Amino acid sequence: MFITLRQTLLGSLLWLGAIAAQAADPSLLNVSYDPTRELYKDVNAAFAAQWKADKGETVTINASHGGSGKQARSVIDGLEADVVTLALAYDIDAVAEKGLIAPDWQKRLPHNSTPYTSTIVFLVRKGNPKGIKDWNDLIKPGVEVITPNPKTSGGARWNYLAAWGYALKQPGGNEAKAKEFVAALFKNVPVLDTGARGSTTTFVQRGIGDVLLAWENEALLARQELGKDEFEIVVPSLSILAEPPVAVVDKVVDRRGTRAVAEAYLKFLYSPAAQDIAGRHYYRPYDAAAAAKYASVFTKVNTFTIDAEFGGWKKAQATHFADGGVFDQLGVGK
Amino acid sequence: MDAVLSLTRSRPGAGRLVPLLLIAAALGFLLLFLLLPLAAVFVEALRKGLGTYTAALVHPEAIAAIKLTLLVAAIAVPLNTVFGVAAAWAMTRFAFRGKALLGALIDLPFSVSPVVSGLIYVLLFGAQGWFGPWLLEHDIKLIFAVPGLVLATIFVTLPFVARELIPLMQSQGSDEEEAARVLGAGGWQIFFRVTLPNIKWALLYGVLLCNARAMGEFGAVSVVSGHIRGLTNTLPLHVEILYNDYNYAGAFAVASLLAFLALITLGLKTFLEWRYGSELAAKAPRGH
Repeated sequence: MFITLRQTLLGSLLWLGAIAAQAADPSLLNVSYDPTRELYKDVNAAFAAQWKADKGETVTINASHGGSGKQARSVIDGLEADVVTLALAYDIDAVAEKGLIAPDWQKRLPHNSTPYTSTIVFLVRKGNPKGIKDWNDLIKPGVEVITPNPKTSGGARWNYLAAWGYALKQPGGNEAKAKEFVAALFKNVPVLDTGARGSTTTFVQRGIGDVLLAWENEALLARQELGKDEFEIVVPSLSILAEPPVAVVDKVVDRRGTRAVAEAYLKFLYSPAAQDIAGRHYYRPYDAAAAAKYASVFTKVNTFTIDAEFGGWKKAQATHFADGGVFDQLGVGK
Repeated sequence: MDAVLSLTRSRPGAGRLVPLLLIAAALGFLLLFLLLPLAAVFVEALRKGLGTYTAALVHPEAIAAIKLTLLVAAIAVPLNTVFGVAAAWAMTRFAFRGKALLGALIDLPFSVSPVVSGLIYVLLFGAQGWFGPWLLEHDIKLIFAVPGLVLATIFVTLPFVARELIPLMQSQGSDEEEAARVLGAGGWQIFFRVTLPNIKWALLYGVLLCNARAMGEFGAVSVVSGHIRGLTNTLPLHVEILYNDYNYAGAFAVASLLAFLALITLGLKTFLEWRYGSELAAKAPRGH
């Protein structure tokens, strides 16, 4: 009995020792939004190779993907993310508000801590049977629009704001008309998934809807993965510049002692190698060489920014997506 | 089938037709809602060939998901077995204050949505939860780690063993145990020599169902998992991830593992019912 107990204790100690030994090689957890699965798979491999060459350490990068708002909530609830790479600045602000990230996080890296951008486009079925060319085609009766839920999905919030901004910028456009326009658009939405990828599978795999409002990168990837002959991309006359930012989670990296590798990881996103990977995965890179290399992939889009049209994410979030905000007033799903 | 048909032909009439229609309806229903989806899982899984199928199953993330699922079940099922036997023993052999409450509590996980079961643990042990700050201070990770998955699984599978045993032990009564006591047996002796042999098949049945649910649970574990690839994804969560990765063949390949598990469970269950039916049924007369 006593020997067994002692053996058990010894075994546990050895096991703990093994864990401690493993801890010498760093690991990172990147909590990201839905459509970045393929992007970060490649980025992680490239970064691990570079870190190995530079520091001789084998760094393991773990990934978690889901609706951006839901992922931010998980980090707030204790998901131990070393870095967050989310769909929009407000979701990182939400984590920062709980004291996990320094308030000035967006100033720590170039381009408002946004290593790549995207925009919102339409994915339609082959031949564009409903003749969808621009935002105002989406509110026509009988057109089924697929978008995720703005409450949980970052992409959906970009979709919503892009539609709002379009309506606002039409001749005679004002806040009331924009609200009316977006309400009419959401009346045409039969399913609200929680994340962008869920909406894509709803549209592509389950065959529901006439048009998918999607990240440009998601639309290009879906077309590439699931049939170039089955889907067409429609670029509206006006869209929003979608800026998905990144940040180190200060509280977590300081506790785990991973600040150096976490910061290097995010800096790596701006390197020519990672910018090339971003372009390959249909994100618009900032790096001139990568941008030139993939220029043919991206259509020229007229965009407005969240800062110019909505006074930044904090204001847009409070006005539109907070409980009781404009989105709630639309009575979606009722 | 021929025999049935010839029977109906020899004695036509509504009296024979109605049962036949009902059997046909039941079989059609089973075919449509159970066999067809099951077949679809295997067809989709093998759509891109055996190579893709096995590649999806031996992928490191799939292996990690299988290991994690087995680990979670290996902790949750024995704990719930011990709890189930203890609870059933207490409920059927003793009269005590709050017995009805205990009965209701055992059923609670059945009546609560699994998503809520998961959220309970986030609210208790999450960083913003009641015990979150204390856990953080002591560097103990429950939520978004393996312990959280185990906790959530224990919660949702808690009633299976107890619910299987209570009716049986109630109908068996305590005569044999009392006889053993009169003959001078101690508490543990009575349990291992009298009670356990009487309930063993029902116990196995309960454990089987408990295990099937533990390995197949999605909702509650989804809430507490954090979805870290290769670390906190159980098999059902891994299926969802693969599906959303546009890897449909892989998703169905992993799903076929879960389907296999269901088939094995079903087979064992049928065997137990066939072989030990009288000892499983709560109200069946006890052959003496």
